[in-house]
Amino acid sequence: MMLSGWGRFPTIYAPVEAPRDEATLAAAIAKGGVIARGNGRAYGDSAISRRGTIDMRRFNRMISFDQEAGILIAEAGVLLADVISSFLPRGWFPLVSPGTKFVTLGGMIAADVHGKNHHAHGSMRAAVLWLDLMGPDGQIRRCSAQENADLFEWSFGTMGLTGIILRAAIRLTPVETGWITQTMHPAENLDQAMTLFEENADATYSVAWIDCLSTGAAQGRSLVMLGEHATSSDLSFRERDDVFASVQKKKKRLPFEAPAFAMSPPVVKAFNAAYFWNGRRKQGPSLVDWDTYFYPLDAILDWNKAYGRKGFLQFQCALPLEASKAGLTELLAAISGAGAGSFLAVLKRLGAQSSRYSFPMLGYTLALDFPANAKNLNLLQRLDRITISHGGRFYLAKDSRMSAETLRDSDPRTADFLTQRHLSKAAGAFQSSQSERLDL
Amino acid sequence: MSTPPVLILGARSDIGLAVAHAFAQQGHPVQLAARDAASLAPDQADIATRHDVEVTLHEFDALDIEGHDAFVESLADLPEIAVCAVGLMGDQEENTQDILAAARVMRSNFEGPAGILAMLANRFETRGTGTLVGISSVAGERGRATNYIYGSAKSGFTAFLSGLRNRLAKKGVHVVTVLPGFVNTQMTAGMDLPAPLTAEPKEVAEKIVKAVSSGRNIVYVRPVWRLIMAIIKAIPEGIFKGMKI
Repeated sequence: MMLSGWGRFPTIYAPVEAPRDEATLAAAIAKGGVIARGNGRAYGDSAISRRGTIDMRRFNRMISFDQEAGILIAEAGVLLADVISSFLPRGWFPLVSPGTKFVTLGGMIAADVHGKNHHAHGSMRAAVLWLDLMGPDGQIRRCSAQENADLFEWSFGTMGLTGIILRAAIRLTPVETGWITQTMHPAENLDQAMTLFEENADATYSVAWIDCLSTGAAQGRSLVMLGEHATSSDLSFRERDDVFASVQKKKKRLPFEAPAFAMSPPVVKAFNAAYFWNGRRKQGPSLVDWDTYFYPLDAILDWNKAYGRKGFLQFQCALPLEASKAGLTELLAAISGAGAGSFLAVLKRLGAQSSRYSFPMLGYTLALDFPANAKNLNLLQRLDRITISHGGRFYLAKDSRMSAETLRDSDPRTADFLTQRHLSKAAGAFQSSQSERLDL
Repeated sequence: MSTPPVLILGARSDIGLAVAHAFAQQGHPVQLAARDAASLAPDQADIATRHDVEVTLHEFDALDIEGHDAFVESLADLPEIAVCAVGLMGDQEENTQDILAAARVMRSNFEGPAGILAMLANRFETRGTGTLVGISSVAGERGRATNYIYGSAKSGFTAFLSGLRNRLAKKGVHVVTVLPGFVNTQMTAGMDLPAPLTAEPKEVAEKIVKAVSSGRNIVYVRPVWRLIMAIIKAIPEGIFKGMKI
């Protein structure tokens, strides 16, 4: 069938199997060149193999939950959304969560996802106690910091290329309520935004919406949003009726593919200005439910259609702390200079790298999307070079178009990963369209 | 009062499991009954972990009519709600040639399910409360060349449920007949089913939970099936026998 990632670019014909048991899965792996796919939320072609894509969503059972320690053992196809709906009412929330809850646990591990608390708690690696991995030989290995530690560390951030994740034990974090106390701080430029991040290093959650099109003194103007899990005493009467914010809000669905002009520079520019001035008026603390706070875009199902039929490109890089200011300034100048940019640009302070091939590094990350077209593909290559010249690297879960050369130049860890792939015989067994493109 | 238990007969089926999840989500303890019940342990753990309810496994063979009494006796709690998702489609070609295969389909869709529901009905009647849910099929509405063995057995089951409902209407026991239409399950894997007419097991389960709480009698999971079957039933036999549907 035709498959694409969340960015709807590229679209590739790939045979799909959806095994129900381990024996069928092992038989599929034996054919070689396969890749596991979860809920299809990686943006590009990470979870597509022309030789055989394995849909893991039938491995979706929860196995046990330790209510005292907050440790969930579950199969890889379980959705994060189900983890939240099962355990938030019992006072537990995922320790690490990406910007959508429609991801599988296996996908979260393979991408080594990070969330708004990365600076404090690290990436997905920090939330995983162990995982069971089916290797090229069809054997299942328990991997943890103690057992098969090498394989364990390599399995984060390598997009399923070490094997197929079957089960994992993940840590949740205790919460008193399902509400978040959010504080909004407007920043007039990049410098102010970075200062706000540094001054608020002790905030549990922090993220900024950044205007990639503003220039001059307003370059990098942002809305820095800090968040803390609200305690029971933070709630007013309105929230006390629904302590865990479990009342479902109505989901909207984008009814059609948007025409190209919806994302044209003047429209985006106008939107960004309005968003910034509106956010500025709303500064100060407010109570927000967990779904709106962590997953604002999940409220609009199929929001990826906003970019029209041709799909969109995501760019996300991480820059080392000492080079962040200079690197971000140069990236923003290139983006605004090209007049290309998006509503959804995100700036975030990152903590230290959590595992061997983790994307995040101590520093800053910038993420934004562009309509998929030739002009923007060229722009992204320019952004690649700027990132590399400042010692930065790229997030494979967002990538759909990078070259093998760019990956090697940006990430010296890649050579070691290739060695691991060959020694473990994973190189022949597990391949994706992305791994072929990146010579992994 | 604690939330009453729900018994799922034929719990291994995709619909049976989905129904178990849906009731567990409402806080009901569930009793999963199937052949080789021990092999349902992963689903038992899944339902218990997700929904924080008690889930028990019970050995049950719908075709072992003699064993039904002992099966019901073995349940620690007589359920308040019992859902029968037992069924077997078989292969129509084989069913028309092999009388034993045909008998097995008839017994699995009619004799077995009717037998166990009859036994539960009597106990519910004595108690004066309870709901019985039978998952029948639109295939039972009119016999067609392509699946009349399965269809005739479902037809018998539908008639049984209708009679049972009639008998128990004033005894505090409610009977729900569910007509799912096409459902995307292991039973239909590999069939080319039209998407607008095909429900997901979860959808069937949600409809059943709603039907039980609102006291519905006959439930078409996708309402369009009511219309389709009304048309199929209205075709005069003289024309119908020459048709290929």
